[in-house]
Amino acid sequence: MHRYIVNRVVLVIPTLVGAAALVFLLMRLIPGDICAIRLGSGGAMADPRAIAICHAELGLDRSVIVQFLDFAWGFFRLDFGISMWSGKPVAEEIAARLPISLEIAMMATVIAILIAIPLGTISALKQNSWIDHVVRTAAIAGISMPSFWLGIVSILVVLDVTHALFGAPWMPPIDYVPFWQDPLRNLSMVILPALTVGYRYAAVSMRMTRSTMLEVLREDYIRTARAKGLVEKIVINRHALKNALLPVVTLIGIEFAFLISGLVVTEQVFNINGVGRLFVLAVQNQDYTLTQALVMLTVVTFVFVNLAVDLLYAWLDPRIRFG
Amino acid sequence: MVDLAPPFAAAVDDAAETPRSRAGIVDFCRRQPLGTVGLVLVLVMAVAGLGAEWIAPYSPTSNDFAAMTEPPSWAHIMGTDQFGRDLFSRIVFGARTAFIVGFSCAIVGGVTGLVLGVASAYFGGRIDLVLQRVLDVVMAFPLIIMALAVIAVFGGGVHNVILAITIPLIPRCARVVRSSALAIREVPYIDAARACGFGHSRIILRHMVPNVLAPFLIMLTAFVGQAILAEASLSYLGLGVQEPTAAWGLMLQGGAEEYASTAPWIAIFPGVAIALTVFGFSLFGDALRDALDPKLRER
Repeated sequence: MHRYIVNRVVLVIPTLVGAAALVFLLMRLIPGDICAIRLGSGGAMADPRAIAICHAELGLDRSVIVQFLDFAWGFFRLDFGISMWSGKPVAEEIAARLPISLEIAMMATVIAILIAIPLGTISALKQNSWIDHVVRTAAIAGISMPSFWLGIVSILVVLDVTHALFGAPWMPPIDYVPFWQDPLRNLSMVILPALTVGYRYAAVSMRMTRSTMLEVLREDYIRTARAKGLVEKIVINRHALKNALLPVVTLIGIEFAFLISGLVVTEQVFNINGVGRLFVLAVQNQDYTLTQALVMLTVVTFVFVNLAVDLLYAWLDPRIRFG
Repeated sequence: MVDLAPPFAAAVDDAAETPRSRAGIVDFCRRQPLGTVGLVLVLVMAVAGLGAEWIAPYSPTSNDFAAMTEPPSWAHIMGTDQFGRDLFSRIVFGARTAFIVGFSCAIVGGVTGLVLGVASAYFGGRIDLVLQRVLDVVMAFPLIIMALAVIAVFGGGVHNVILAITIPLIPRCARVVRSSALAIREVPYIDAARACGFGHSRIILRHMVPNVLAPFLIMLTAFVGQAILAEASLSYLGLGVQEPTAAWGLMLQGGAEEYASTAPWIAIFPGVAIALTVFGFSLFGDALRDALDPKLRER
């Protein structure tokens, strides 16, 4: 098992190098010049000497290869540099916004797991019954609705309902307060976005749970378990569910990894100053260092979540042992 | 046993095929009612997009400042937006944009992914290893972030939006197709084809690709839905199709939030249009999967 973990970590390196090269290249392909943007008016009125000084300050006067090596070396030392736009350390910019995005992602994951696994299982057990049709319709509706539209509609509903009940509409607070400082205020800010994202997340996971349960329930060992006279509850919980959960765990892991920086539109709708919005701003401002750091954060999260999921497999299914 | 002459055999086959295919469609509708509902939804939206010029009562881009944010009425059945544009007309023309983007992305991304996935599985070894690592890198980027970057490089507009959404779909398709193709690579008829001296491209295109078409077609329907959602998201962020083109996501970006409490129809109807279209594709794709996968048929 230790050798497997080491091998997997080693295999991560080419993925990270490839991702670093791709984001580095993409950013440099974007037309425009951050120094020109910083100096205003698209640089049309800027003094060329000022632009040259700016380039030197940001290291953009060096060759592309040197810039890439500097970026890669900095990444492996966990030194992400300075934001080319704000001048603050990139780590500080991300650290200020990561807690809220992480909190929303975690809450959405919990909501998704609590909804998806029981409903997906019931839907599989009652295939083609009205319960199955209702659950499938709800799941497909969840993946069909744009999350930003769901967010807008949920805000509308909350406004109307609170106006009708309390005489005045209620809006979630927009300034972030950590959970341990004011749990109620914190939850009132994140609950709507978490539910919006969680519903879609649950829909995707529910469909996968149903699909894998249907396959597992047709296996010979399930027939054997029933033939032995085992109670249906034990057949499902002890024999079917653990095997059916393997692909579901993978899916939940991958979705979580993408959620951290994938909350772009949700954060836009709910006016949340999270990592997703930071991503959009970084790309629009051509902030190379910040964009590169954010992409690498996403890629690292993705590959290590995949590794964690693979290790979880061994716990879920003792037959799986990685050499 | 007398062999039928090929033309006669073909005619007999054709005659036998037609009633069977009609019976197959009826059987599909009977076994998969939800899938049929999905197909009908998709066809309604497709017809709306194709016949937008005849169906829409107004031009999608003509402003009417005397009729700004009007609620639904007989004159404007879905109301008007903040520029007085008829929402129903914009939704009908938006269906065309959605389908153009959805189908283009799904077909280009799907076919490219299909070829890459099958080739990767067929050749195996270092080619497979390198290709999978490259696809890993592209897949590790969230779809919206990859699309953001491509739009930033190449600019907005329908063609660049299609490119932006197609690129992330390719590795997703290639991965799924590869897993199916890996199983097919080991079957005897592939060995037989090699033994007969057939070239790589012939074996891949004539023997392997047809056998992975079932999961591929199912994925294609899902991709159309995903592409429509991605286009809506990009337009909402202001990075997709630009004004005054009618696009559902763009309609939500405009006045939806600003007028949410005073003119909620601006937010509701475009969202319902997106949801119904993707819903239709998802229902149909699910039904197709249930119909094509014998393991998932009813007990």
